[in-house]
Amino acid sequence: MSDPSTNISHLELGDRNETFLDSNELVINMGPQHPATHGVLRVILKLDGEKVLGTECVIGYLHRGVEKIAENRTYAMFNPYVDRMDYVAAVSNGLGYCEAVEKLLNVQAPPRANYIRVILTELNRLASHMLWLGTHALDIGAITPLFYTFRDREEILKIFEKYCGARLTTHAFRIGGCLYETYDGFEKDVTNFLDFVTPKIDEYEELLTTNRIWVERTKNVGKISGKECIALGVTGPVLRASGVRWDVRKAQPYAAYSDFDFEIPIGQNGDTYDRYLVRMAEMRQSLHIIRQAVGKIPEGPIMAKVPKVIKPPVGEIYHSIEAPKGELGYFIVSDGSTQPYRLRVRPPSFVNLQALDMMVRGQLVADVVAVIGTLDIVLGEVDR
Amino acid sequence: MLDYVTSYLRSNTTPGQAGNLLWAFIYIILIFLGLSVAVIAMNWLERKILAHMQVRLGPMRVGPHGLLQPIADAIKLLIKEDIMPAEADKSVFWIAPVLIVITAFTTFIVVPFGPTHAVTDMNIGVLFMLGVSSLSVLGVVMAGWASNSHYPLIGALRSSAQMVSYEIAMGLAVVAAVLMTSLHGIGLYGVAHGAVGDGTLSMIDIVKAQQDQHAWFIFKFFPLGLIAFFIFAVAMIAETNRAPFDLPEAESELTAGFHTEYSGFRWSLFFLAEYSAMIAVSSIAVTLWLGGWLRPFPTWLTGETWDLVFSLFPAATFLLLALIALVGTLRMPKHPYFRVQTLGLAGFAAVLALIGILLLLPPVRDRIQDIYWFSLKVAGFMYLYIWYRGTFPRYRFDQLMRVGWKVLLPVGLGVLILTAIVGVLL
Amino acid sequence: MTPVATPFFFYLLSGLALLGGILVITRKNAVHSALALILTLLALAGLYLMLYAPFVAGVQIILYAGGIMVLFLFVIMLVSIEKSQREDQFNKQWIGGLVGAVALGALFVRVFVRSKALHDLTGMPMAQLPEQSNTQEIAVYLYGNYMLAFEIASLLLLVAIIGAVVMAKKRI
Repeated sequence: MSDPSTNISHLELGDRNETFLDSNELVINMGPQHPATHGVLRVILKLDGEKVLGTECVIGYLHRGVEKIAENRTYAMFNPYVDRMDYVAAVSNGLGYCEAVEKLLNVQAPPRANYIRVILTELNRLASHMLWLGTHALDIGAITPLFYTFRDREEILKIFEKYCGARLTTHAFRIGGCLYETYDGFEKDVTNFLDFVTPKIDEYEELLTTNRIWVERTKNVGKISGKECIALGVTGPVLRASGVRWDVRKAQPYAAYSDFDFEIPIGQNGDTYDRYLVRMAEMRQSLHIIRQAVGKIPEGPIMAKVPKVIKPPVGEIYHSIEAPKGELGYFIVSDGSTQPYRLRVRPPSFVNLQALDMMVRGQLVADVVAVIGTLDIVLGEVDR
Repeated sequence: MLDYVTSYLRSNTTPGQAGNLLWAFIYIILIFLGLSVAVIAMNWLERKILAHMQVRLGPMRVGPHGLLQPIADAIKLLIKEDIMPAEADKSVFWIAPVLIVITAFTTFIVVPFGPTHAVTDMNIGVLFMLGVSSLSVLGVVMAGWASNSHYPLIGALRSSAQMVSYEIAMGLAVVAAVLMTSLHGIGLYGVAHGAVGDGTLSMIDIVKAQQDQHAWFIFKFFPLGLIAFFIFAVAMIAETNRAPFDLPEAESELTAGFHTEYSGFRWSLFFLAEYSAMIAVSSIAVTLWLGGWLRPFPTWLTGETWDLVFSLFPAATFLLLALIALVGTLRMPKHPYFRVQTLGLAGFAAVLALIGILLLLPPVRDRIQDIYWFSLKVAGFMYLYIWYRGTFPRYRFDQLMRVGWKVLLPVGLGVLILTAIVGVLL
Repeated sequence: MTPVATPFFFYLLSGLALLGGILVITRKNAVHSALALILTLLALAGLYLMLYAPFVAGVQIILYAGGIMVLFLFVIMLVSIEKSQREDQFNKQWIGGLVGAVALGALFVRVFVRSKALHDLTGMPMAQLPEQSNTQEIAVYLYGNYMLAFEIASLLLLVAIIGAVVMAKKRI
């Protein structure tokens, strides 16, 4: 493949014979080392003054060939690798993978394991949303929320650390259930955290929700309709903020989600402000789910009967879960051996990123930053 | 010779008006030094205050409570490699930071720290300050263009548009205040005794007018003065490129805006200029609306006792700071590692206490009081700057322009016209 | 206050103004020319100060150096430099230019000599100009004696602004 910097034909940059004075069109390169591209995303922007005429994303700087690695690892060995995709929501990644393999094996995780999975995954959703909120606000220029959210995210990571020893790439679940039983005082820790964090979310909202500048910066910015979202395959809070009530947790309940009572917050306008509100509401819903799960966590085994050597029958399976960023799917083709024949990940960040160009065309440079923030992409997952 | 030195001390004007070159030089050097210290202190305070707003501690390692951090930073910047991009326009790249620093410091020639504490008093004082500070935009534009890079160029474009736009709103607010100097009524809605007189642009005379009219202009013709002050307060943040109007150097959009390509010493010049410009515009605001060097309640709380009480404030402030430093010393960890730091903090407390005691002496007390009140008011603005930075997200370019042209400009015009009407009718 | 080193500052400022003027027309780079023009304007502001016209000097700095020239730069910065450097700077009309320069120079010398002969000012005391009330007097003239002319001029400028906006904007 040719060098992407020269191969940007669809932006029509080639015209060097522009007139003497009409040179308002700038091509600027945002990233891969740029404070607001959340990692190593590179966006080539074509600008008319401040107005964005077109964008092109150059990705792959963090490509590690996760899907290819899967073909050379046993099912159990591959499990930790998925944590490295969306590293701010590692627990969700693990859950999706484990459930996909379980489906392939036709194994059901025991109820207690499912409850632990729900609690940890929802905690992880909170952590992911907090990180998103902090960095998104930082991109728009509010520097303070970042420190507040990181302070509170720390408490979640502490619970993870106590549970499985790792803070970020947790590898919390195993195929067939969980490896670790909850530690003594796990329920108490989680409940304490819930009591601690509920007023903190109000605190974030106090800083931003009615802040005039915040509202002006986010209202009608990066608008996308529900139809366009569906056409592009955009999922998660971005889709819900456009008014489509689609949440895999409700639509195709997995783990223990069918046991809980929660709502799917949706927005109407599909702009950055609505996405912000949807995510804030989701954080509260997560708290609600965790509170229910901690309240009625059943006793029992945490591991189903899974053979030592995992050899799924020949076949293929697609299983998706609602990760913090959208629908995270695993498509596994098994040839009956100990290793997957092909594993394909449907990463929400990658698919959502495709909407960037549509959302920022005709808007201003500052909106590009806001939209990248609001799409909540993690480059580890985009590039895999 | 000695007479030349002492003659000024007995005169009642600024050295510039007295034509005393020696004292003018002394004042210039004092202001330069004071400003440098203020910028260093601002650097430390900003980091500390922001840190405490953001549930963290800020600098804690270099010196007790990070007190020496700005000095460490300055040394780091001075010995850092000074990179000039290969494709940069060498001469313009070199002139830009120098120009910005010169304009930022030149404005202080007319800043009245007291009735006699200014380098000189000009007939066109306010105009001079606005004019010279408007030149700093040239430095920004030159820096952005000379870097020969897209981010600085966009930063420079934003900056020039922003500063030129907000200068207009700023100018209208200033004119409203200058108009008030010509309306000689006493009190907030004072009826003019005699005809409407001459106004003035001189910084010292503006403060004197507030003294004569027994009202700070922020309260004059309430709420007109307040609105004009508000317009100026918004415009001055935009003029100094600070949050929430820091678009020319918006780090999340333009990495560092117009000074992206600058490093080391040259970058530190931009830093110095930014903070001195902040102090300069705050000085204009204090002079025009908050009574400059006048102490609070100069007409209500009069008499010997009150004079004495208010003249003790500077000493009290320094003694309070000394007390805080002392408490800090006592709370230092009792470990040999911290011995040097503890001694340093104790020494700092001692110096502050010494200054405080020195300020108790009657001759010093009387001469320093004006400077103290002026600096205190400016310090209030500096705190606001930090507070804004910790609270507000950044405006977008079109919104910034909308605020400038569609809100501040018409409101400023309205205030100006209303001030004139009210002033003539009353 | 008595002025200090008047001749020195006069020659310094006029020298700077001339230097700036020459640089404006000789620089190939348009941005350099604009910067040289700013130098000239600032030197002129200094000369106004020496003429006891502080208000004019202040206005010169705010309007020309701080306002108009920034807008100039704004436009020039976007012009592609490589292109402008390749353009011919002079259009080889030396003879015409020379004739014009000589004619203007002769006129200048003639006026200088004639006025010296007509109004011999040597030995006359310098007029005491009221520096302190300069601004107030300008105000009185602008808003009193020449009110109508002033307003007509401002109206003319307004028309020009509206015209510029109409022409520049693609869609109103």
